[in-house]
Amino acid sequence: MRSVKNHLSLIIALFTIVFTMQVYIVIERTVSAYEKDLNKNYSIVVVTKKSVKPEALVAISPTILAAEELSTKKVLEHLQSQMKQRHIDLLKLALPHFYSLHLNHYPTPDEIVSLRKKLQQNQNITRIEDFSKSHDTIYKLLLLYKSISILFAIGIFAVTSLLILKEMRIWQFQHNERMSIMAMFGAPVWMRSAVLFRLSIVDAIIASILAVGTFAYADFIHIGSEQLHEIGIDVLVFDTLNDSLLIFGVALSLSIILAILIVIGHKEEV
Amino acid sequence: MAEDISLAYNSEETIISKANFSVSSGDFVFITGASGSGKSTLLRSFYGALRPENGSLVVGGVEVNNITNARLNFLRRHIGIVFQDYKLIKDWNIEKNVALPLLINGYAKDISDIQVDKLLNHVKLSHKKEKYPQELSGGEQQRVAMARALAHNPILILADEPTGNLDDYSSRLIWNLLEGANTQLKATVVIVTHHIPEDLGVSYKHFNIEGGTVYEIS
Repeated sequence: MRSVKNHLSLIIALFTIVFTMQVYIVIERTVSAYEKDLNKNYSIVVVTKKSVKPEALVAISPTILAAEELSTKKVLEHLQSQMKQRHIDLLKLALPHFYSLHLNHYPTPDEIVSLRKKLQQNQNITRIEDFSKSHDTIYKLLLLYKSISILFAIGIFAVTSLLILKEMRIWQFQHNERMSIMAMFGAPVWMRSAVLFRLSIVDAIIASILAVGTFAYADFIHIGSEQLHEIGIDVLVFDTLNDSLLIFGVALSLSIILAILIVIGHKEEV
Repeated sequence: MAEDISLAYNSEETIISKANFSVSSGDFVFITGASGSGKSTLLRSFYGALRPENGSLVVGGVEVNNITNARLNFLRRHIGIVFQDYKLIKDWNIEKNVALPLLINGYAKDISDIQVDKLLNHVKLSHKKEKYPQELSGGEQQRVAMARALAHNPILILADEPTGNLDDYSSRLIWNLLEGANTQLKATVVIVTHHIPEDLGVSYKHFNIEGGTVYEIS
């Protein structure tokens, strides 16, 4: 019971920290997946007088990832029933060329303006449709998500700092006396600190196992991923290998830093 | 041996001033004085918790004034200390507390276990070895502290008011152990106390502190 009490305070603090960190990671992944999804569905349409090689359009700006010509065949087929073939042939000759430009990332409104200017410098391009109005609304929504996730990160940092400071005070109180007594009997620094390091490593492992278990279970029963899938975002809630390693790494690092700070801050009783 | 040592917690307030005294190996020594006279301060300087401001203090052949941490640890491994407030490790049981100096000195587990059992038997606490300090009375805790101080057969035993708050039974037990350590183990024993027992079975040296000066009383 005594041993459990000694361990519990740090385990709870570490678990809270790694749990919120993982939640933040999931939010980041969701926002990033949403951004990718937006980019996948977003393209700028340009109209040219003459046929242009897609490579020439890609060369206009490094932001342009790919360009593809939009076929006019379907529109002409649709008109065939209403127009004479002669008129269709004339229309074919007069019809400009349409190209869809895919970008390598979801652009900011400023990037769209800049890209538009570059495209306008090309004599062959007669018209540009960047869907800026709807883009602007969606972009603002994305910015809102990002701001929320940054606020959440700041919140985590503040909570983490408070928890660590509180834990440090408790640990200093708990371990200082024992370290002083051991010092009075000639124990070297490593021996005085051994209990502290052993405790911190064990607690970090327990907190990590609890956090990994919680997220692995959430992933197993599809908590979060199903809801996100329903709104068209497919995101990995828990990457078993990488996230587990990250959780173990963060918990171990934090508890070892805590132990080192206590050892450094330890003052022998006089 | 102390030559002209002065002790202070801060440089403005000197507690012991230019003290000169000598304690030989195997001596049984009492340090007395009024409350706040500096008895405990002097005792602390013997295990290097407080370094003299000036002069020279040699303990067990080692000058403690400018001793390195490694040398100080080595010196302390040959000293057994009994504190007035026991200073037992609260989250360790009695057995582990007594074994502390043996652990620090690198004794094998089986030898350590035998020694701890023997000492707990001496202090009449064998039946409580699994208990934690908080579960023991003051007298019992001091007996545990005494057993811990003797565990590694130290060459020097320092005791700060070892019987200050104890009942007659525990006090007698502590005095017997200190006498035994001196006569059988040939350990030097230095005790800070207000009261020297009348029925002591060993001859002793007596230093008194008054006004920051250490006097030997013959």
